[in-house]
Amino acid sequence: MIEIRMHGRGGQGAVKASFVLAEAAFQGGKYVQAFPRFGVERRGAPVEAFTRIDDKPVQIRSQIYYPDGIIVLDPTLIEVVDVTKGLKKGGWILINSDKDPEFYDFGDDYKVYTVDATEIAVQNRLGSRTAPIVNTAIVGALAKITGIVTIDAVFKGIDSSIPRFQEENKSAAKQAYDSIASG
Amino acid sequence: MKKTMMGNYAASWGAQLARVQVIAAYPITPQTLIVEKLSDIVADGELDAKFIKVESEHSAMAACIGASATGARAYTATSAQGLALMHEMLHWAALARLPIVMTNVNRAMAPGWSIWADQNDSLSQRDTGWMQIYASSAQEILDSTLIGYKVSEKVLLPTLISFDAFFLSHTMEVVDMPEIELIDKYLPPYKPEYKMDVNDPRSFGALTDEQYYYEFRYKMQKAMDEAVDVIKEDGKEYEKITGRAYSLIHPYRCEDADMILVTSGTIAETTNVAVDELRAEGKKVGNLRIRVIRPYPKKEILEVVKGVKKLAVIDRNISPGYSGIFSQELKSALYNEVDIPVRSYIAGLGGRDVKIEDIKDMANDTLKNDAPNDLIWKGVKI
Amino acid sequence: MVIKFQNNDKPVRITGAKDMPPMPAALGSMRQNKTGSWRNVRPVIDYDKCIKCFICWKFCPEPAIKIVDELPVIDYDYCKGCLMCAEECPKDAIGFEKEGK
Repeated sequence: MIEIRMHGRGGQGAVKASFVLAEAAFQGGKYVQAFPRFGVERRGAPVEAFTRIDDKPVQIRSQIYYPDGIIVLDPTLIEVVDVTKGLKKGGWILINSDKDPEFYDFGDDYKVYTVDATEIAVQNRLGSRTAPIVNTAIVGALAKITGIVTIDAVFKGIDSSIPRFQEENKSAAKQAYDSIASG
Repeated sequence: MKKTMMGNYAASWGAQLARVQVIAAYPITPQTLIVEKLSDIVADGELDAKFIKVESEHSAMAACIGASATGARAYTATSAQGLALMHEMLHWAALARLPIVMTNVNRAMAPGWSIWADQNDSLSQRDTGWMQIYASSAQEILDSTLIGYKVSEKVLLPTLISFDAFFLSHTMEVVDMPEIELIDKYLPPYKPEYKMDVNDPRSFGALTDEQYYYEFRYKMQKAMDEAVDVIKEDGKEYEKITGRAYSLIHPYRCEDADMILVTSGTIAETTNVAVDELRAEGKKVGNLRIRVIRPYPKKEILEVVKGVKKLAVIDRNISPGYSGIFSQELKSALYNEVDIPVRSYIAGLGGRDVKIEDIKDMANDTLKNDAPNDLIWKGVKI
Repeated sequence: MVIKFQNNDKPVRITGAKDMPPMPAALGSMRQNKTGSWRNVRPVIDYDKCIKCFICWKFCPEPAIKIVDELPVIDYDYCKGCLMCAEECPKDAIGFEKEGK
């Protein structure tokens, strides 16, 4: 079983990102579970969402405490939230950032990746310039980094879980996928 | 066909597959999505039903009672304070013997104002005469809605299907949607023997003096007794068409267990994982999930636990001044039948997360300690 | 076992739960229960004053006023003598006599 935790801010689409990722994995033949950290989401406030992916139905009904990977939708969260809390040794961190991975220092236990999902979302006119929706770009990058899901599965996930702007979202996912040098 | 969906939508699709004819509901977090989706389904013409907007949950249940009395298949959904507001009408629906099915998203009673998982809302309605099911997956929510109508319409008692807020209501997972053709065969249209009919006017629920009221209560109890077997039969028939089996209790690795954890709701699913880990450590532990608490499956529970050395109940609810409610029920079932010590744990009230480690702690605590303790508050910050 | 609703004048005998439907519902017809004997006063319609407005028919709670040949007629088998008809009659066409018990 693979467990992923997403950190974002209310309105960025972290919960939807966890759903799109789960949907993509489901389209790839997996059993999935995706859920928000159960709170009262407010725009701009730190939020968390979780995705579990497995070959058999997922029975664990608690939140994720020891994730295999972390997604950070807003790099400013790194200063206010302990984003690597419980992250397994050898785990990965994917950050939405215009910086190189080397800019972030989480020690040697983890592998860091960055993708400029904000810029990609703006280019694809997802959300507004002040509040771009970065979730599909992030999931595209994740497909490249982890291979948990294929980019085709991500496209299928977008088709079946996002009601509007599917082409723009797919384009953003593909652009993010291609922007990662190698997996 | 397999699809991903949140638990709430599994309830909506369940109602749609059951071809409910009247839906009357009032929105309340975390139930809102259920009826929001159903209003979409009705508005889009995908379900031939009347959606009645009401001004309160009391009215929602009253509307369902009226609809069901005339022979319509009626549905509603609510949560916590909304369910509490229905209380008077819940007695009415049950004593009028109306096969209404209702979904309740288990949410903590306020104050403190909470929208998170806790079974006190539905267990407070234990004695209203509704059959009560506690689902532990989105799949089970959908399936229970269909089985619920079938059972209810046979024994003429309403069914309340409860499941944990957020842990199921807002969690997306894979659900196998049965084909409507199969469901239409399994659950044919409701054809009541007794109904309100303008062509045969008569009074229902009128003054019933002491010469008769007592016997109506007796008949309700007989119907509950009968429901135990009907739930089993209709669960088996459902398995034939979908491959998924449901009964009143769901034991997991209990056959050779020395100690059994007794659980319900989503905690039960996590407990299955904890049991696997405990077994890997060489501890002979099982999990007995109570799916149906009314009618209470006493005989079935005794059958599973009779050879076991110890029992531990995990309750996400509390009857203040005594103990967890599943624990009380279990102890009364054992009394005069078998002598097994029971440890009673309270956990996860108000949506507090119950982790695999927490469940293993409770299991290990029970394995280590011989004396039954009155009540143990797992993880309470003192 | 299904306990059938009846709609005839045969009396319904209930000795126990086995004779009762699952829910409290009237099994038979209220026609068996002739309530005319409960009456202390007997309403009488003065047909010379009656304008056939049928307000009495509408207001009778029993209902024990029928319409026969386009006139209101009191069914004394069931009339309990409440005099609501007399109270409501706009032409004071309904008076009453003491019931000779």
